[in-house]
Amino acid sequence: MILTQQLILGVLVGGLYGLAAAGLSLTFGVLRVLNVAHGELLMLGGYGTFWLFALWQIDPFLSLLGVGPALFVLGLVLYWMLFQFVVKAHEEARIKNSLLIGFGLTLVFHTLAIRLWTADERAVTTDYAGAVVKIGVFTVPLVRLSSLVLAFAILTALHLFLAKARWGRAIRATAEDWEAAALMGIPVGRTYLLAFALGTALAGIAGGLVSVSYSISPSIGIEWTLKALIVVVLAGLGSLFGSFAGGILLGLAEATSVVFLGGPYREVVGLVLFLIVLLVRPQGLFGDRG
Amino acid sequence: MKLLLGGILLAAGFAGFPLVTARNDLLNLGIQIFLAVALAQSWNLLGGYAGQITLGHAAFFGLGALVTRTLWVGGAPLSVALAAGALVATAFGVLIGGPAFRLRGAYFAIGTLGLAEILRITVGNLMPEISTIPVTALASYDLVPRYYLTLALAMFSVAVVAVLVRSRVGLGMQAVREDEAAAEASGVGAFRHKLLALVLSTALAGLAGGAFAYYHVSYYPQHAFSPAWTFDAVLIAFIGGVGTVHGPVLGALFYVIAKEVLAVQLVEVHLLIFGVLFLLVVLLLPGGLVEAWSRARRLITRNS
Repeated sequence: MILTQQLILGVLVGGLYGLAAAGLSLTFGVLRVLNVAHGELLMLGGYGTFWLFALWQIDPFLSLLGVGPALFVLGLVLYWMLFQFVVKAHEEARIKNSLLIGFGLTLVFHTLAIRLWTADERAVTTDYAGAVVKIGVFTVPLVRLSSLVLAFAILTALHLFLAKARWGRAIRATAEDWEAAALMGIPVGRTYLLAFALGTALAGIAGGLVSVSYSISPSIGIEWTLKALIVVVLAGLGSLFGSFAGGILLGLAEATSVVFLGGPYREVVGLVLFLIVLLVRPQGLFGDRG
Repeated sequence: MKLLLGGILLAAGFAGFPLVTARNDLLNLGIQIFLAVALAQSWNLLGGYAGQITLGHAAFFGLGALVTRTLWVGGAPLSVALAAGALVATAFGVLIGGPAFRLRGAYFAIGTLGLAEILRITVGNLMPEISTIPVTALASYDLVPRYYLTLALAMFSVAVVAVLVRSRVGLGMQAVREDEAAAEASGVGAFRHKLLALVLSTALAGLAGGAFAYYHVSYYPQHAFSPAWTFDAVLIAFIGGVGTVHGPVLGALFYVIAKEVLAVQLVEVHLLIFGVLFLLVVLLLPGGLVEAWSRARRLITRNS
């Protein structure tokens, strides 16, 4: 009974883990850079949604239409200023430099957020925040359910874009083999730019949804980076829906741990799972390449 | 040779310092610099020389602090407590590094990041109380032995790296950093060299944590696992000059003193400045202060 209720909540938060991980997986898979500031980008998206609501009472779900593109632009800027220099290096150096750049960005965004908006926890509280959907004896918070559906819809749209659109196919080709892609006339630089900006936008949208259903503060960055990393490690690379499934799996694992071990170990369970998968099956549970 | 002389002079200056002044704030500043040197040098050994980036160095620092503090407060001799702290830190390092080093890429970095967070959260849950040294020890608390212990540790860490980089093993580590496949092909076992760098690095980080535990009168056990320690180590190593012996020393002096000066005026803003500085160093000046200095010198000698 309690377990089922917790599992329902686990699925709901898991959708957001999946969305956060999809952005990270996209940049990791395509650019072969690991941006450990992904959680900080998510945090910025959350603040965007929060301030649009707090200052002008813009509905958080509506404001995603502004926050997503704003983070997309931030992604363009970050790529142009920092990551375009990283992708010039060969594979090993690329990963290492991207870790360092992301690490530096983490510090900068985190400190900046504390300076600008204080370390307080914030959340968007709409007048429909308390609404629930009753399924038998179980209650499902409406906002979280909408977030889950929205996360799935966004990933489906992105999947269609990658599968069908000209630029989407260019992204997949570049992820597969950038040298071959370049020989086929695909502008690899611009494809990287697009993929990075899309990943950033996904982080921003995920952050907006987090600010509605949960809460945000400058220090959530590292938590969400780890969640996204855990999911990427669980799911492996290369599939958006794999990320989504991995996110839900993590949500379920956390929910189970809350029931059996208590709340404080919620974060630890995911991380232990992460280390085990990392050591035993580094290509991920669903993935086919490392 | 000049560097060796400079190092000896610097160390002698620091060693004589408590004889000249008894100002606690200056002694505290010295201790912070020495801890920073040891921690940054430990990161430099693994990240700079062996090329294995950890984003969770706080895990090893924290483990050293936790074990040393527990044993020392419990009545064990300080030397035993410090050794045990270093040992436990190393054991955890090998636990993660052993399997992760067999894989390429980011696995080691994100593995250590995960480990540091697991430990931070778990220690915070199990030991929520602040840790204070017993009243009997408090009465005899003196900064001077702490000053000399941390100074000795800083000198030791610099010496370890200085000796290592000239040795066959140290050259092997650098070969592995530059090109793992080529190193293997020349008979340099990549896994063996990475693991040795890890053992030395985590032992130093554990010792630094132990010295921290001996130094602080009271702190939350969780604090020693804070990501801030990783940030410190990485920023200092890079700003000073990663992959050089004296880079972390310069970096630590610059970082701790600048932090002290800036913190008086603007809280937290030093992290913003150092974060941006770090990004610039990684992108534009991979040799840090050390390289900036040698470039400036070349410029001057060319003009004269």
